[in-house]
Order: sequence, then C-alpha cells, then structure tokens
Amino acid sequence: MTNLTALTIATARDKLAKKEFTAVELTQAHLAAMDRHKHLNAFIAMTPDVAVARAKESDARLASGKSGALEGIPLGIKDLFCTEGVQTTAGSHILEGFVPPYESTVTQKLRDAGSVMLGKLNLDEFAMGSSNLTSFFGAVKSPWKAKTRSDDLVPGGSSGGSAAAVSGYLAMGATGTDTGGSIRQPASFCGIVGVKPTYGRCSRWGVVAFASSLDQPGPMTRTVRDAAIMLKVMCGHDPKDSTSAPMAVPDFEAVLGQGVKGLRIGIPKEYRPDGLNTEVAALWDCGIQWMKDAGATIVDISLPHTKTALPTYYIVAPAEASSNLARYDGVRFGQRVEGKSLDEMYSKTRAAGFGTEVKRRILIGTYVLSAGYYDAYYLKAQKVRALIARDFTEAFEKVDAILTPTAPTPAFGVNDPQDDPVAMYLNDVFTVPASLAGIPGASVPAGLNSDGLPLGLQVLTKRWDEETMFRVCQVLEDAAQFPFLKVTP
Amino acid sequence: MSYIIKGDTGEWEVVIGLEVHAQVISKAKLFSGASADFGAEPNMQVSFIDAGMPGMLPVINAHCVQQAVRTGLGLKAKINKRSIFARKNYFYADMPQGYQISQYDMPIVGEGILVLDMPDGSTRSIGIERLHLEQDAGKSVHDMHATKSFIDLNRSGVALMEIVSKPDLRSPEEAGLYLKKLRSILRYLGTCDGNMEEGSMRCDANVSVRPVGSTELRTRCEIKNVNSVRFVMQAIEHEAMRHVDVWESGGKIDQETRLYDSNKNETRAMRSKEMAHDYRYFPDPDLLPLEFDDAFIAGITSTLPELPDDKKARFMKDHGLSAYDAGVLVAEQENALYFEEAAQGVDAKLANNWVSTNLFGLLNARGIPITESPISAKNLGRLLQLISDNTLSSRMAKDVFETMAETGKDADAIVAEQGLKQITDTGAIDTAIDQIMAENADKVEQYRSGKVQLMGWFVGQVMKATQGKANPGVCSELLKKKLES
Repeated sequence: MTNLTALTIATARDKLAKKEFTAVELTQAHLAAMDRHKHLNAFIAMTPDVAVARAKESDARLASGKSGALEGIPLGIKDLFCTEGVQTTAGSHILEGFVPPYESTVTQKLRDAGSVMLGKLNLDEFAMGSSNLTSFFGAVKSPWKAKTRSDDLVPGGSSGGSAAAVSGYLAMGATGTDTGGSIRQPASFCGIVGVKPTYGRCSRWGVVAFASSLDQPGPMTRTVRDAAIMLKVMCGHDPKDSTSAPMAVPDFEAVLGQGVKGLRIGIPKEYRPDGLNTEVAALWDCGIQWMKDAGATIVDISLPHTKTALPTYYIVAPAEASSNLARYDGVRFGQRVEGKSLDEMYSKTRAAGFGTEVKRRILIGTYVLSAGYYDAYYLKAQKVRALIARDFTEAFEKVDAILTPTAPTPAFGVNDPQDDPVAMYLNDVFTVPASLAGIPGASVPAGLNSDGLPLGLQVLTKRWDEETMFRVCQVLEDAAQFPFLKVTP
Repeated sequence: MSYIIKGDTGEWEVVIGLEVHAQVISKAKLFSGASADFGAEPNMQVSFIDAGMPGMLPVINAHCVQQAVRTGLGLKAKINKRSIFARKNYFYADMPQGYQISQYDMPIVGEGILVLDMPDGSTRSIGIERLHLEQDAGKSVHDMHATKSFIDLNRSGVALMEIVSKPDLRSPEEAGLYLKKLRSILRYLGTCDGNMEEGSMRCDANVSVRPVGSTELRTRCEIKNVNSVRFVMQAIEHEAMRHVDVWESGGKIDQETRLYDSNKNETRAMRSKEMAHDYRYFPDPDLLPLEFDDAFIAGITSTLPELPDDKKARFMKDHGLSAYDAGVLVAEQENALYFEEAAQGVDAKLANNWVSTNLFGLLNARGIPITESPISAKNLGRLLQLISDNTLSSRMAKDVFETMAETGKDADAIVAEQGLKQITDTGAIDTAIDQIMAENADKVEQYRSGKVQLMGWFVGQVMKATQGKANPGVCSELLKKKLES
C-alpha cells in the first residue's frame, strides 16, 4: 500500500479496475502527501472533503463496472479553472473569495470521467508570469533542489502549482493553461510532461481569461501516456466557446508505441541563438541523436520570424488582457474598495486588487490599443503574428514535427533578483512562437543539467496533429529515461 | 421646403446625420441565451455571460444576424458577407464586461438608401452609411437611494442594430420623416418594434450648420439618446440655432457630446472631445469573424414583405391614388393591409377617403390602433360596396358607419334593422317632388325666374320627405326635369 502516489495514471487506472486498492485510498494517499508538502505552497486551496466524496462515488462506480476514463484518479486543478462551489482566484487578490456558481467545461469533463479534484493549484496572478512569483497567494517552491545551492527554486509559471504538485507526487496529474508557455516552461523546470494542445482543442469556457486568442488548457503529468489519457478527456468541441473547434477527438493513447521511424524532424536554426545555455544546447543535440537512433530523418529548417515572436506576444497578450481584466471592477464579485465616486471605487479596487505584473501588462495593453498607437503596435503585431504562423505552415510542408528546447535555462531561485521584467519574459522565447501560431506543443523531461536540474525538450507539430506530437514525445521519453524525484515519505 | 436659419450675417442651413439604436426583435440576447423580453423584474433576465462573470464567453445568436441582414436588405444596403465583432472598451457600472461587443471597421451591413416621403408628395433619398450589431448595456438607477446606485442588467447583452445615416438631412422635419420612415421599414420587416418610449428605438443626432451655398462640413455636436421623434426635431432645431449664434458671434463650435433636456428645450454639454473616451476598439478574440454565403442572404431575401416604397408605388399605379394618399396609407403596414382589404371591388379613392378620413378619425378620437378597430376591414368594405351600388347614400353610410363603430355589427345587419334602403324608385320620389312643388309654388316661381340656387333647398325638402332615403343623384335629376319643364 505504500507509494500509491508514485503510480502513473495509466497504472493506477488498471490497478483500480483490478480492485488492488480503492479510489478513496488513492485519494487519501495524495491528501496526506499534500499535507506533508504544504511548504511547497502548490495549492491555494486544498479540497479534501470534495476529494473524498468524489473518491467514494468513484469507488461505487468502479464496483458497479460503470467507471469513466479517469475513474478515481486524483488531480489538481489550476486555480484559473472555475469550479462550482469552490473558490476560484486566478492567483489574484481581486478574486479572493470568489466562488463560481458554474464549472468550467474542461473540469466538468474531468469530473464526468470520474477524476477526483484534490484542490486548486497556485499560479502566477491571472497566469501572467513564468516563475509563479506573481501569485497573490505566495510563491510556489519547486520540489527540486540544485546540487550546488540549497535555496528554493521556482517551479516556473504560470502553471507553477500544477508542475510542483505533479513532480512532487501531490497529484497524479494536473490541469494547466498555456498562453505563451505556461504549461511547457514549468513542465521543463519541474521535470514533467506538459502538453499545450492546438488552440481550439480544449474549451476555454469557464477558464478565467488572460489572452483569449492564445489561452489553451492542457494536461500536466509525469508520463506521455498519462498526458494522452488526460488530454482525450479534456478536449472536444464546446458550443459555449466560439473558438473551440468542431473536431473529432482522436484516441491519443492509441498512437503511443508507433515510434518515429520515417518521420521528418525539423531542427530550427533560430532556436540556437548565440549564447544559448550550453547544457540546454547539448541536451537538444542529445534529443536529435535519439530521433536519429529511432529512425527519424533530421531536417534543418528555418523559422525566420522567430525573433519577432516575443515582442509580438508582449503586444497581443497584454492588449487582450487589458480588456479581459476590465470586468474585475469591484461592482459584482470579488474584492471591492469603496470610493467617493464610481471612478474612485474602480481605481482603489483595481489598485489594491491587482499585483505589479498584472498592472504592468494592463498598462502595456491599454497603451498599444490606444488611438494613435493601435496601428503601430497592435495591428502590426497581428501582421507579424500571421508571418510567424506562416513560418510554421511552410516548415510543416517539409517536416512532420519540430524539436527544440522548451526553455532557455533551468529553474532559477525563488529569491534571485527579479528586477528586470524583460529578462523574465525571455523564459518564454522558445514557447511563444507556437502559441502565436496556435499549433500544439509539448515539453518532455529529457535530462538534468550538471547541477541536477531538469531540462525539457519541446515537440511541435502542425495544427490538429497532436498524434504525431505524442509519438515523438514518447520516443524522447523512452530514450531519456528521466531520473524522476524519489517519492519522499 | 428648404429649412433656412436667417442669422444676422446671412442665411444658414443645417446638416444632420442620425444614429439610431434599434433593438432587434429576438427572444434571446445577442451573445447569451437569456431572455430579451421587456418589463421583467430587475436582474431576472441575466445570464453569467451578461453579468461578465469570469471565464464566460459570448456565442453569437444566429437569429439576430438574420434580423440585421433582413434590415440591411430592407434598406437596399450592401450586405457584408464577412464582418468582425470588436470590443469597445470603457468602464461603467452597468457594463459588466468592461467593454461593449460591437462592430467597428467591418460592420455586417454597408451603404444603403432610405427614401423620405415629403409632404408635397415628392421624395428625397437619404444615404445610409452602415448598420452594425452590438450589445446593449444594463441600466443604472440613481434615484432609489441617497448614496447608492442600483444596477439592472436585464438589458445587458440585448441585441441592438446601430443604423447610421449619412449627413444628408437638412431640416428638423426631414429628421422626423427619416425616423418615421425608418421605424415604418423596421416594423414592416419585423426586426424592431420601433417603440421609442420603451427605449427599443433611440436616436443620437449629429448636428452642424453652414452658410447656405457652402459645401463644407463644420464641427458637429452629437446629441445623445433622444427618445421621441418630436424631441429629436426640437433638439436639432435648438442645437442648430445655438450653432448659428456661436458662429455669428465670432465663436467656435467645439466637437462635443450633448444632452437634450426636453423640459427646458435646450442641449447641454456632456463631455468634450478631450474628455471623450478612447474606446480602444480591437477585434473580439472570443468571437470568430461572422461569415455567411449568398444562399444565406437569398434565404432571407425570399421572406421579405412588400416594403412601404414598393407598396406606395403599387397603390399609385394600381389604385390611382396620389403620392400623398398612398404615402399615408403605407406608413403603417397594418393600415395598408386594412385598406387593401376594405378596397376590394370598390373605387380606391372612395376607399381611401373612408379609411383615411372616417376610420383614422374614429381611431384617433378613441386613441386606439387599427388592429383594435371596432370596424373590421371586411365590414368597412361591405359598407363601401353598399355605397357603390347606391343602396346607401353617403349620408346614410355615415350613419351606418357610426352604428358600426358603436356596435361592431356589419353594415347589412344595420341596414336591415333600420330599414335604411336608399330610394331609387323614381315613382316614390316623383310623388314627393310633386307634393313639395305644389306646396311651395312661390319657390318654384322664384327658381324658374332664375334663382337656381334654390335647387339645394328642394333636394333638402325631398330628402326630408323621404327620411333621407332618396338617392340624392336621382332626386336632383328629377327635380331639375320637373322645375325646368
């Protein structure tokens, strides 16, 4: 009965079906682990009562043979997903105490499949950040430690709580959302698998919006197979989200094991800038060799607009955010600071409710949409975005998948000086282009650097081709034999 | 009928463009499934989307799109098969999302035409600049509490069509005619009920003036949210005078938004250009571009009713009505339908007289719409037939009409009950005439010596003798014969 938390979703699924243990036991093992690792601050709210109640329901369904695809599987939910009757904060003071009377489409699907919600996971405020340092509810600490330093490391962000919980065995899997890398970068930092599906694959309904044209929910798990299992449940057309695509849901798990023999893997030269971290570059080379060894053809490609992606992203995303966050005005829900006039109430509420990074992005977004600046910034950014997407379209005429590093560095310290926001934005330099293009991307843990910290490799494919992405990911996973953390008592 | 303001320095003309917000007739709101009915208790028709709750997303209501296209077709406008919803960003307590979903540079309907029917029977074409779909805001109520405002979100998200005219209107009267004609077309189409009192049609007026003969466009002011045709006309008249006064006294008009106060009949500055919101329009990333094909448009075209202009032309051509008469009849679809039913098989001008004079007079006196008329179109038609076949004189017909109005009975029943058959039997009239002539030999003499005006008196006497049942035509014919023999 020990180490139930160390199981993968796939294994736990089989063992639950064989009645080797109950869903309640599996859930309680995770609740105990969550309790032991409170210091990680991975959860904004633990929901043990909800978890045990749902686990009991799962056991009843398992007993009656009517179990769902994730029956009894304990998952963490990023606190950006609205959960009926459970506080949803988006990591922001302004939403503290907000209890939605509705359930997001993705979490509803996960519930319908029998999964058990353990709690709401910490994140950067409104998913704006790459370190989880911007959360009003405090920084999340990575379960990983460097060999050469004893201080706490960031889990990455914005899905930092998700990455820490999954890598630290507090949850078997977690939901994340990815706007510019918010699933893939923390997956890389924490040594887990993170999948951002094609934009439109998962419904955004009930997910607190950051940048609507980029936001996309996805799974974060310890194995590629687990990600495939979770994604299949999470995705599918939702008439309540106009940008959700009416596409059939493939059986992603079924393609695992097909290998990459005969696939053409593109290696974009723009992802190897001068001064790239040598260990990141070396791991990338390693990944290229694994692909060759598995029978894939390596093709050198160019994605010429790569260097414009980050500035483009930091116009488009804040522009949408400045508008999406206008509804947090203190009038109807969340925090309010009274004022002598309506305008004063707005100012005081938003000044007190939003953190520095959120304010910075609202100001950037407001600026780039302003009369006289719109054409030079927002409109131009949209044009460049189209060019970035075209780069990928042309590349995928020559290759089946693209392999790159996920992040330019390993995790950094929670207390490292963070006085330059632009330096922080560079964390997303390899993940942002795929977000702008709307294509699927995944990070697979591929190795450790010399300091013992995880590094991920990113796999990109064309729109709606997650199946090829999963095939490549599994070959990387098999070759990497990634040294996961040991389950600590 | 040009409208000229005579100032101290010369003559001025007024340049007006109207923006009309017309609430789309639709069961549900533009982007949520919530009911769009008027008159519910506050905040009883609000979905999570309308309340701007976190994570909520808009989904376009296809019926509202059809209604906008239908309206565009009714305005003979260009239908844009691809249009974009944009966010208009500003903060207000009754606008929960912090932005209004509207359309900006790519509206669903482009340029069109609206024809004004002038009182002299002529017409004037006014350009339509565009029509776009947008959502309404909620309502702030400031007078229920000393320090608090109340918010009602029932209207939040209701579909509006903003219909923008070109600056082609040249007088308050034209502005009034424009609004009435637009309302008429919207009601024919069934896309807006045009009820300005309930706020389902609201108007902003852009007003400027210029010296007669000039083609420049001077700085305009926008008068916001005027809620009746009469007030729009008054507001424009007042605003135009104000502009002339400012220009003539050497001043300068500032571009600003103004409010019309109907109690004081004046406009007041609301906010200046400098204070104007920067709405930061951008395409709404929650919504895909709105696209449809020719078949979609053709499907709507095939269901269009005959519109006022076409109906007017047909009434003039087929029924020989004057432009003015036809214009009055077609202004409201119900009136036109009533007329057509009542006029079947009888002279159209006779029918028009009875509908436009007698019936409208009755309805106005009682303050009821034609749909509640006590006299049905069929019953009036029968009355007209009884006039046409000489069963009833027009005087008798008026009596029957009154009785119909009182009792709702049909004409035949009333004629039968009251024995109101007109006498066309010359024998009976002959007898009456002979008796009157015998009793009034002096009058006969006077007539015969040249005082022919007495004919009227004789007719009156015959009618009196026959209790008004004599056919006046037959009567005067016989009288003439006998008096002049």
